[in-house]
Amino acid sequence: MSPDTTAGASPVNQDVSLQVPAQAHLETHPGLSPDGGPSVTLSIWRGDPGGGAFVEYQMPAIEGEVVLDVVHRVQAGPAPDLACRWNCKAGKCGSCSAEINGKPGLMCMTRMDQLPQGVPVVVAPLRTFPVIRDLVTDVSFNYTMARQLPPFAPRPAGPDGIYRMMQIDVERGQEFRKCIECFMCQDVCHVIRDHEENKAFYAGPRMFIRYMELESHPLDTNDRRELIRRRTGLSLCNITKCCTEVCPEGIHITDNAIIPLKERVVDASYDPVAWLGRKILRRTKRSAAEAAADAPAFSSPTREDR
Amino acid sequence: MPDHETHDFDVVIIGAGGAGLRAAIETKERGLRTALVCKSLLGKAHTVMAEGGAAAAMGNVWPDDNWQVHFRDTMRGGKLLSNWRMAQLHAQESPERIYELERWGALFDRTSDGRILQRDFGGHRYARLAHVGDRTGLEMIRTLQQQAVALGVEVFMECKVLRLLKDADGRASAAVGYWRPSGDFVTFNAKAFVIATGGIGKSWLFTTNSWECTGDGDAIAAWAGADMLDMEFVQFHPTCMVWPMTARGILVTEGVRGDGGALRNAEGRRFMFDYIPPMFASETAATEEEADRWYDDHTNNRRPPDLLPRDEVARSINSEVKAGRGSPHGGVFLDIATRRSPEYIRRRLPSMYHQFKELAGLDITTDPMEVAPFQHYMMGGIWVEADTGATTVPGLFAAGEAAAGMHGANRLGGNSLSDLLVFGRRAGMAASDFAGGRLGTPTVEEAEVDQICKAALEPFGRDSGESPYNVHRDLQETMQQLVGLIRSETELVRALDALDKLDERTKKVSVTGTPAYNPGWNLATDLPAMLTVSRLVTRAAIERRESRGGQTRDDYPKPDLELGKVNLIQRLRPDGTYELEQVPLPPMPAELAALLEEEPK
Amino acid sequence: MSTTVEQMKPIPVTLGGARGGPDQRTLRRDRWWANPSTTFVFLTAFVVYTTWAVFQNAYYYVGGAAHRDLISPFYSPCLTASCVPGAHGGLVITWWMISPAILTLGGPLSFRFTCYYYRKAYYRSFWQSPPGCGVADGHARYTGETRFPLILQNIHRYTWFIALIFNVILTIDAIMAFRLPGDGGIGVSIGTIVLVLNALLLWVYSLSCHWCRHLCGGNVNRFSEHPIRHRLWKLLSPLNHYHMQFAWVSLTWVALADVYVRLVASGWILDHKLF
Repeated sequence: MSPDTTAGASPVNQDVSLQVPAQAHLETHPGLSPDGGPSVTLSIWRGDPGGGAFVEYQMPAIEGEVVLDVVHRVQAGPAPDLACRWNCKAGKCGSCSAEINGKPGLMCMTRMDQLPQGVPVVVAPLRTFPVIRDLVTDVSFNYTMARQLPPFAPRPAGPDGIYRMMQIDVERGQEFRKCIECFMCQDVCHVIRDHEENKAFYAGPRMFIRYMELESHPLDTNDRRELIRRRTGLSLCNITKCCTEVCPEGIHITDNAIIPLKERVVDASYDPVAWLGRKILRRTKRSAAEAAADAPAFSSPTREDR
Repeated sequence: MPDHETHDFDVVIIGAGGAGLRAAIETKERGLRTALVCKSLLGKAHTVMAEGGAAAAMGNVWPDDNWQVHFRDTMRGGKLLSNWRMAQLHAQESPERIYELERWGALFDRTSDGRILQRDFGGHRYARLAHVGDRTGLEMIRTLQQQAVALGVEVFMECKVLRLLKDADGRASAAVGYWRPSGDFVTFNAKAFVIATGGIGKSWLFTTNSWECTGDGDAIAAWAGADMLDMEFVQFHPTCMVWPMTARGILVTEGVRGDGGALRNAEGRRFMFDYIPPMFASETAATEEEADRWYDDHTNNRRPPDLLPRDEVARSINSEVKAGRGSPHGGVFLDIATRRSPEYIRRRLPSMYHQFKELAGLDITTDPMEVAPFQHYMMGGIWVEADTGATTVPGLFAAGEAAAGMHGANRLGGNSLSDLLVFGRRAGMAASDFAGGRLGTPTVEEAEVDQICKAALEPFGRDSGESPYNVHRDLQETMQQLVGLIRSETELVRALDALDKLDERTKKVSVTGTPAYNPGWNLATDLPAMLTVSRLVTRAAIERRESRGGQTRDDYPKPDLELGKVNLIQRLRPDGTYELEQVPLPPMPAELAALLEEEPK
Repeated sequence: MSTTVEQMKPIPVTLGGARGGPDQRTLRRDRWWANPSTTFVFLTAFVVYTTWAVFQNAYYYVGGAAHRDLISPFYSPCLTASCVPGAHGGLVITWWMISPAILTLGGPLSFRFTCYYYRKAYYRSFWQSPPGCGVADGHARYTGETRFPLILQNIHRYTWFIALIFNVILTIDAIMAFRLPGDGGIGVSIGTIVLVLNALLLWVYSLSCHWCRHLCGGNVNRFSEHPIRHRLWKLLSPLNHYHMQFAWVSLTWVALADVYVRLVASGWILDHKLF
């Protein structure tokens, strides 16, 4: 900080948020090596579509830091043009996905002290997507797949214009809606990670949880099962569960979305008994009018709600 | 001069958080050619970080709740400086905006009879916040994003807007910016613009705000000549993480207190009982027993002081720490572990549990959190007309955090998410009408565009300048130290001086590399906006010689009767400086004023 | 309402382009190979042992005066003419000339082969597709389960019913193992416990199956209108969470049960009475 603002910290100042432990100043002066103090080394892939290489940056270690903190210190110091995407730095936006020591992870939620000590931490861009520069990749694939999804189509609301849904009805969908769109499940999925040609017809784990969310949505009237079978590449998934392993939100992508979707697709397309049952009983997804007719009756709130 | 691409639209919305998305949905539904321009990827805007919920008087949990009570809470929380018409529209329309989200696929937590569950929050008389655990913002942005995608809104991601240009008649006509991935310049010509760029937190060292919150929208509006309102009112959220150092400033939702958490000092005392201001004494519990009973029985008990409006709680925490009764890392304790069961905590506050576990190695079901106030929200911003979101620049509209007026001197928790929806929609409607009525193709001087692009690229041409990171860091330290929670004339004046010096340094920063995804250069282009906004804040903070809501003056510790009747407006003069004017509050209709007088039942 | 394939507007995806990062098989430096290798070793061991046990075609049944009725789960129900006396299930197939275990094992193995967990296990450890997360696929081309024969994985639900039949039979075997030799009284030996545990683990494994979870409630969209199915689903979901663990424990136990019966039948050990 500049000399005149240092002088500005007058004794009458009462703002406690200023009481910054001395240690914090390490991060204000990147590149400064504490005398013989511990250091950390990041080996960051630097490059563009034309190619690139790993570059090592040694920085002083600071207690409690996450990988993104060190990347920021590298930017503020030796490499101001180091490209990296980030927003919230609190694990809520899913921007700072990278491959840390070969595994996809959020840089803002990966603590340095939980990685192997004494060796450089390797940070590379997501492999599945075309690189733009350094740690930034072109994730437009995911947005394209999102645009292809047939949207939510709710049944009509009750007579008072309000939907009634029970907590048990929404819980399953709420798990999927925890998704922060970090796209690490898309990145780690070998179907497109190792087979570029599959990208043209593979929605990927992130979109599978979205399809499952809508398929099991208590209000939705749209049957997408045939479409899922033929157009989203669901059967390319061989349920090897890497998506679940890397999900920072702990969503059980495989068990709660992909496999249930596969089973629903079997119901619709591969199961002769289910097919026969439908023919005989003429049962399909209930019509919107039918569903609206038996919305739970109005009642007043109870004490548990409070 | 680098050549650049140009796009023509009816409406261009800058910012893709809650307000921007809601505005885009509105304009698109009305059949206008709509572009949504955002600095990050779609769905990453700061709205995702909102935790507690969206305030709307639906009365699902407490049938006594209605828009009048919500209006009263908002006005009192805003220390009576809120624009009454905005507070009224907000209170009246937010329930419908929440139900609308449900029709678009949102899954809120439910009451036992299947309606949207509402939770308690500071300053709200009734449990009023529609929520999804503690990730309501994510639910909201995802729902809006998916709706916008379904409608086919065109989204320009990772595109930063530098300036807004007007045509010969003074109407907003073009936005000039650049693509962050390539560094190429782009111009959006449109008949109407909506600014929904959110907060300004990145001018402070410790803030709950994300990378994007550099006040771009406030600055481009101010540069275009729009009136800026009440810039001194900056909210410091009382409960943010203080440890580890690098996680300092990460938000701890008010929902912790709404769900039973209590603030304690180092001695274990619930100190908030010592800080109940007279204005709220009649509706705040006097004893711990009463406060604890309130969670189950709102009718016969009064609200715990832990749930006072944010400005009060932030100041109280500050005083406790100052008196030496703080926690080891300079905050106070927020305890829910001894007050609620681990299952309850994990179910109601999953991301808080996760956040402390991952970043601090702390289990909030067994140990208290350490929290302190840090920069969180900007109540001030672009002056807008209450019903339309129109700024003083024709063709320019604003909504959300970038717009001002709704929250007065202090915002109540939960009011901002519903603010985004209510006024995002209204700005979208008004922008559609304006664009529909505007004839001809918007045109701007090509030379002006060239000038902006050239200026943006200047840091590449300087070899020996300073790193933008250094300037940013010093700006943050200046604002943190001199324009923080507690302010004084001497420090504010010193801050203005320091900002002048930083301005000089900003003009000399140099960056290396190419414009393609270059964070150093991106920061260099953000700095002018941050400096402009910081100056507007500092000047207004000097002018308001009183303590009220988000403005706490060491040298004027009491509210001033006369200043309580005015808003502060700043606007650009032709010579490049800003004039500052005290403007009387718009007169409130008698029936609304009566609502404020009423004692709560 | 149903969205047809025609209604979906495919938006072309850009293919090619420089992949993010270096072109290496993996950047992982932890022991990612430990897991697939272990799976490979154990599954191979099971296959080798089972093959041997099947073709030994002897020492799979213990009966008579000195011992309980113990039958190896590999050979139950024993349906061919060649079965040793006392081991027979109801039906006798006369034309089957080789080991009766081949007939029996087909059912449970088809269930395990199409099981969602085992699919993960062998796709990763045997087929190397992928060997680990963030480790390159062992094959240049990949079509997943889109075509024959792997499209047949979709019949998993039928193999589950077959597995249930075997569960019933092996449960009967376990009950039979309570009979004291000779007088028909009831008692417990180590063999009894082995077979009871075996049946129990097989039940838990089958009930924790993903299809079973789907059948019981997974295909319901509004749980509040189907309280019983919701309760079942809530009951099975935590079980399903441990499907992998149940798969391994039950598989190992089936093999150990066979070993035990074999050791007793061949006279190496005595089936000790406990009470």
